[in-house]
Amino acid sequence: MSKEQSTPEKEPTVLFVAEEKEPLFSKKNRALLTDPMDDNNPITVQVLGICSALAITVQLKPAIVMSISVMAVMAASNVIISLLRNLIPNRIRIIVQLVVVASMVILVDQILRAFAYDVSKELSIFIGLIITNCIVMGRLEAFALGNGVWKSFLDGIGNAAGYGFILIVVAFFRELLGSGKLLGIQVIPDAIYEMGYVNNGLMLLSPMALITVGIFIWLQRSRNRDLIEKN
Amino acid sequence: MEAYLNLFVKSIFIENMIFAYFLGMCSYLAVSKTVKTAVGLGFAVIFVLAITVPINFLLDTYLLRAGALQWMGSEYADIDLSFLSFIMFIAVIASMVQLVEMIVEKFAPALYGALGIFLPLIAVNCAILGGSLFMQQKDFAGVTESAVYGLGSGIGWLLAIVAIAAIREKITYSNVPAPLRGLGITFIITGLMALGFMSFMGIKL
Repeated sequence: MSKEQSTPEKEPTVLFVAEEKEPLFSKKNRALLTDPMDDNNPITVQVLGICSALAITVQLKPAIVMSISVMAVMAASNVIISLLRNLIPNRIRIIVQLVVVASMVILVDQILRAFAYDVSKELSIFIGLIITNCIVMGRLEAFALGNGVWKSFLDGIGNAAGYGFILIVVAFFRELLGSGKLLGIQVIPDAIYEMGYVNNGLMLLSPMALITVGIFIWLQRSRNRDLIEKN
Repeated sequence: MEAYLNLFVKSIFIENMIFAYFLGMCSYLAVSKTVKTAVGLGFAVIFVLAITVPINFLLDTYLLRAGALQWMGSEYADIDLSFLSFIMFIAVIASMVQLVEMIVEKFAPALYGALGIFLPLIAVNCAILGGSLFMQQKDFAGVTESAVYGLGSGIGWLLAIVAIAAIREKITYSNVPAPLRGLGITFIITGLMALGFMSFMGIKL
């Protein structure tokens, strides 16, 4: 019996090898992308990341920029944490996650300031608040710490898309009903205003964001009865 | 003195963290099922906000702002480190939360027992980082002003979470339409409360 045979086989430490062979867009991986859009939506079902979601939905443009920023931060930090997942000591993982996310957010903030200064002024502190956005931390904790790189990347993109979807829907209705515009362009024709139609200024105020999301949850749960809470 | 009082009232009622800016909504929705836990989390938030906002103010004034390093000599006067503020603030907050946790555990075990599980959660509460970022944006004149602002925002947050917890305790006896139960109705109630809080707008002392 040679020596090589008697030693137990070492666990492969390569990080990039997928554990099971499956195509890049297998059914399971596609589900990671599409589930967060509806049945497992981060905002309306998982209740994550509401903090920064509501304050920036007065107009469509900041909402779209915010969704793209969150998507970039989530995909990047999910990949980084997933690469590091076997190296991070369990006790300090929150701090490590915060540092990774904070560096990604600084990158996004600097890029926005350089190329889209107006929007970055409009979003003010809410770009910084992506750091403590519960979606990012929640998905890092729940998914990236225990899954491979490619899956974590898809999970990041999927959840950010689910978040962006709600943001854009809420912003769409608030801008349309509140100021009669979409992306700053007037869409409700003057003829209707002449007939006595008035913009609903209430939609521009912050309470209506909460109520719009509440109504959205109502619609979603009456369509999908499995999501209804017990008490 | 009057200016401080004005800022205090403003940060509690008019610029309420929850009702005006939706900051800290995650824990606000998750921990508001009973009044008792809501009070615990609320006091922890006040505590941490009142400590971290002044510390981050000092950090911002003497380290991060454009020209803040002037005290080290004139050759440092044109250094602008403000792009580091996110990472510095979050580091201060995370370490302060750890420190506060240890101090409370050592000197007030009863309070620690009550707050225990909530303290570590606070590091990732948007209201805390939001307080520091608003402080940076508002350009306060001194440490006292920022401390008053931190304390006021914390108290505003406590008011909001205790109020919603009390309403949610009562609402379990009501017949809410099934799809709205839990999360949906909480959103709508918060919206209505925010409408109510808008009536404080324009109050000046």
